[in-house]
Amino acid sequence: MHVLNLYNCLSTYLIIGALLFAFGVYGLLARRTVIGMLISAEFVLAAASTNLMAFSRFVAQDPATGQIFTLFIMAVAAAEAAIAISIMIAVYRNYKSIDNDDLVDLQG
Amino acid sequence: MQALVCQPAVAPQLFSAEGVVGVIFLLTVALVLTGAMIAVNARRLVRAVAGLAICFTGLAGVYYFLLSPFLAMMQLLIYVGAVSIIIAFGIMLATPEEKTSAGARYRSPLAGPLACSVAALMFAAMSLLAVRTEWQVFPRRNAGDIKAVGLALLTEHALVFELISLLLLLSILGALVLAYRGRN
Repeated sequence: MHVLNLYNCLSTYLIIGALLFAFGVYGLLARRTVIGMLISAEFVLAAASTNLMAFSRFVAQDPATGQIFTLFIMAVAAAEAAIAISIMIAVYRNYKSIDNDDLVDLQG
Repeated sequence: MQALVCQPAVAPQLFSAEGVVGVIFLLTVALVLTGAMIAVNARRLVRAVAGLAICFTGLAGVYYFLLSPFLAMMQLLIYVGAVSIIIAFGIMLATPEEKTSAGARYRSPLAGPLACSVAALMFAAMSLLAVRTEWQVFPRRNAGDIKAVGLALLTEHALVFELISLLLLLSILGALVLAYRGRN
């Protein structure tokens, strides 16, 4: 295995997926606003689609299946982003903030 | 088995066609990692969205290397063109500025070093799993090009295809209702 030959290896893509997932988890835990958490959630979805694409390229019997699932993930992510942004706008209208620390009505 | 997952065993020369392709792949991966780093760590959310767009542009290149130019195009259109723009609009409409940690009332123990270590642990476990596992390689049934994708989309996965269109319709209606309610 040579460094210029990495693009032909399954593990390279799986490690890229794992890195994206780790970035997403870190952002979900460390971000302090809802929009920052939404951005991190997009990374988790991107990690899943990278893995599906890698498996469909290297090991799958039908290489189209992974690509189709990636397309479905993209559609679901677009729907999720639209809904999340409209929820955020509704929350901002009520609280004048989307900071996680301010949305604590149920905390007592 | 490792030879199948890493296809040609010979190391390419730097100034051959394969070597240049390898260098372009490394640049693409660097783009992905830089974008992700900016998106997760930037203090201002506008920069985080720019990082998201950079990362997804690089990811389109990765999809191109996975022999799927169609998905690379879709990645550029949907993620870079639509999702990033939606999030940018959300930032403009809600104008959030992240507080500095000194100004915050309560700092969750999960944020900071603990979040970093959780993410690092997950990355280590998953990459170890990816490298150690002996993946079983199946013979391919078709070329996996755009024709095969279209055929499978309208035959094997036709029901999911229809359900996705229903989901998109519902999410459009839901977004309209949610954003419209409470407006005076």
